[in-house]
Amino acid sequence: MALYLIRRLMQSGFVLIAMSLLVFLGVYAVGDPVEILISPDADQEERERAVRALGLDLPLWHQYLVFLGRALQGDLGRSFVFNEPAIQLILQRMPATLELAFGAMFISVLIGLPLGLYAGLRPDGRLSKTIMAGSILGFSLPSFWVGLMLIMLFAVQLGWLPSTGRGETAMLFGIRWSFLTGDGLAHILLPAINLSLFKISLVIRLTRAGVRETMLMDYVKFARAKGLTPFRVTFVHVFKNIMIPVVTVLGLELGGTIAFSVVTESVFAWPGMGKLIIDSINVLDRPVIVAYLMMIVLMFIVINLLVDLVYTLLDPRVRLEGKA
Amino acid sequence: MNTLEVKNLCTHFFTRAGVVKAVDGVSFSIGRGKVLGLVGESGSGKSVTGFSILGLVDPPGRVVSGEILYKGKNLVGLPEEELRRLRGNRIAMIFQDPMMTLNPVLRVDTQMIETVLAHEKVSREEARQRSRDALGMVGIPSPDERLKSYPHQFSGGMRQRVAIAIALLHRPDLIVADEPTTALDVTIQGQILAEVQKLAQNLGTSLVWITHDLSVVAGLADEIAVMYAGRVVEQGEVNAVLDAPYHPYTHGLIGSVPSRNKRGEPLRQIPGMTPSLLSLAPGCAFKTRCNRADAACDVMPNLDELSPGRFARCVHPHVGAEA
Amino acid sequence: MSATTAPRVETPFQRFVSEFFASKLAVVGLVVISAIILVAVLAPWIAPQDPYDLAVLDIMDGRLEPGSQGGSGITYWLGTDDQGRDMLSGIMYGLRISLLVGVGSAVLAAAVGATLGLLAAYVGGKTDTVIMRLVDLQLSFPAILAALMILAFLGKGIMNVVFAIVVVEWAYYARTVRGNALVERQREYIEAARCLALPPRRILFGHLLPNCLPPLIVVATMQIARAIALEATLSFLGLGVPITEPSLGLLISNGYEYMLSGKYWISFYPGIALLVTIVAINLVGDQLRDVLNPRLKK
Repeated sequence: MALYLIRRLMQSGFVLIAMSLLVFLGVYAVGDPVEILISPDADQEERERAVRALGLDLPLWHQYLVFLGRALQGDLGRSFVFNEPAIQLILQRMPATLELAFGAMFISVLIGLPLGLYAGLRPDGRLSKTIMAGSILGFSLPSFWVGLMLIMLFAVQLGWLPSTGRGETAMLFGIRWSFLTGDGLAHILLPAINLSLFKISLVIRLTRAGVRETMLMDYVKFARAKGLTPFRVTFVHVFKNIMIPVVTVLGLELGGTIAFSVVTESVFAWPGMGKLIIDSINVLDRPVIVAYLMMIVLMFIVINLLVDLVYTLLDPRVRLEGKA
Repeated sequence: MNTLEVKNLCTHFFTRAGVVKAVDGVSFSIGRGKVLGLVGESGSGKSVTGFSILGLVDPPGRVVSGEILYKGKNLVGLPEEELRRLRGNRIAMIFQDPMMTLNPVLRVDTQMIETVLAHEKVSREEARQRSRDALGMVGIPSPDERLKSYPHQFSGGMRQRVAIAIALLHRPDLIVADEPTTALDVTIQGQILAEVQKLAQNLGTSLVWITHDLSVVAGLADEIAVMYAGRVVEQGEVNAVLDAPYHPYTHGLIGSVPSRNKRGEPLRQIPGMTPSLLSLAPGCAFKTRCNRADAACDVMPNLDELSPGRFARCVHPHVGAEA
Repeated sequence: MSATTAPRVETPFQRFVSEFFASKLAVVGLVVISAIILVAVLAPWIAPQDPYDLAVLDIMDGRLEPGSQGGSGITYWLGTDDQGRDMLSGIMYGLRISLLVGVGSAVLAAAVGATLGLLAAYVGGKTDTVIMRLVDLQLSFPAILAALMILAFLGKGIMNVVFAIVVVEWAYYARTVRGNALVERQREYIEAARCLALPPRRILFGHLLPNCLPPLIVVATMQIARAIALEATLSFLGLGVPITEPSLGLLISNGYEYMLSGKYWISFYPGIALLVTIVAINLVGDQLRDVLNPRLKK
């Protein structure tokens, strides 16, 4: 187990370095680094000072090492727009994105799991077919457009829910959260639903496929032959088996959800990392872009690692092979 | 009263390609503590018969007619909840592949205790105690430790013992065993057979032992029923049938068992293969593979009592002829 | 319908056609796609107005509701945008850009991905490892993020969007083709081609590639739908096509600010056009997958 963990960590470190190289090349090699890294308002003298200060007169490999060294110390440059450390800007907005992503995950499980279970247990039912057709739609619908339609229907026409911003927030662990207040919850509902649409379809399909496969297994028939109630067969014997793929895929999807919240945050003016990155791209605030990309990659690696760990906890076969 | 009486059971599968008459008019009965060997090739309907007894036939299949009398009570058409209370309690089942019958993500104790609790209101502690005793009964060493294990930590033979222990938890009146030793090594097979025989005798449990292996039946069963294409073709006391089979199919089956032939003599085999149940011609289903078949076989023969306690479904039985 | 029950011998292509048309949904999808392509191609001739000829636009007709009549007597069936542009014409022209970008990038990605996939399977060894590592890296990274990154560095523009989509999608083709080619490589006909000492290029593209086509077509169909959706999303975020060449995504984006004042049609109808296009392609793709996938056949 420990060996496996060490190997995984080394792999992760390798990916991180590879990504930093990519980002570095993206910012420094493609296009003019002076223009990218120094505010366009600066005059000639300021520019030269900055070129020296940033070490842009050094060879590329040397520059990369400097970049890497700074990144390791948590220094990814300062935002031109906000004149604040880029990493700090990202961290400030991270909770908003995280609560949105987790909210979307929660909704997708809340809706997708029961629907998928139903469709798996009664594959030929009319309702099941409707559910499956709906899930195809969920895959096809352009998310940003659905977001607009949600705003139009629930915010503009019906006036039930607010369409922009986080609403009222409350403090927990020194961080502001929307989901702790009623007003905040009302604000998070539409964007979370929007972000969850694709994931709902995914969970429905995974669950249905898992249920259908598991129901054919001998151990399910044996469980019935033992005289267990249908409830126990479904919710213990079948459920525990399908939880393995569902949790794994959902976990891996978390990174994608965080990334995709870029779109949802733009539609609903949700002040998270995604909105920040789009704004930064539009005004070419490159240090923030670099910081965002490095943070996202880091999050990806951490998430994948955690998913692997959870997976081993869920599946006793993997767990024990790891120990042996 | 017989523990189980199956009368004219028909279980059909309504597939897109047509109706598959997997079981088509099967009858037999088993007394208390007796063992019936249900023999046939794969696809002969013997497993479906077993599942029908427990009410575990899944769509597109269903029991279309006939009676399954457990202690005189018809199980066909019984409400699901009543069937559930019998399953695993009075009538238990053991499956073919022990690698597949235990849920891989649940511990053995979970899977045993839930069986106890499904039928009796006892404390968890008592349920655990009962599970431990059952494991001991089927010869699993250090049952306390084993209870905390997951199925994949057991060997195939051990898993089948666990499955048998689960079947025995409520000391059922009847166990339907669907080829429980086929997937096991020969030595393990022998141990398990002996174990089951002993337990069934001690507890007065009746057994329906489904198998394609005649040698297993020879050592275990009191009575034998040979199935072919969804029907019983021969039935009777086990030694009588094996010594002097009436039906050409039974005859062929016995001839193809190596141990019953003389050394050096070529093994006899049954030509052809099991017919598709979708496109059965009228008449005897075995006629295409039978060297005795003639025009008379185009009408389905009845299962006639050819001698006391001996039944066969054939117009040209091997009666009194070669033994 | 299978060859065994058919009274006469069908060619594989005939069987493919008859199997494909067995699904009504897929046929509907195919008809819709054909209609959409026709509209997109013929837009300059059938659109009520040229939405990019500023001379015909009348700012007084701005933000008219669907069905209202403009100053020049023209009826705007789907309303107008803030510039007084007929939405119906805008959508027809937008379809051109969306389809062009979607199909173009999918074809390019297929070319790149298939070549790399073939190489990986044929050469094997280190080449295979490197290519497949790249594929894994690419697939583990959300498409939207990779595309954002590229456009953040390169700036907007049709070619940049196409490039970004190719970078995002090539890996799917590479993986599919490699998997298939690995199987095909073991077959006798490749052995025979090698014995004839054919040049590797001919073995790869003349023999191996044609036998990997069915799964490639399936992936390509799905990826066209994805490419169209991705382009629309990027354009909506303001990172995609420039304002002078508005795709459906950009049209939707233009309507965003009028949404809150209840002028839904500027975003609504382009979205419907986008949705119908994507769903139709996916329906066809689903059926293609079922028909062309030998594993699903009994």
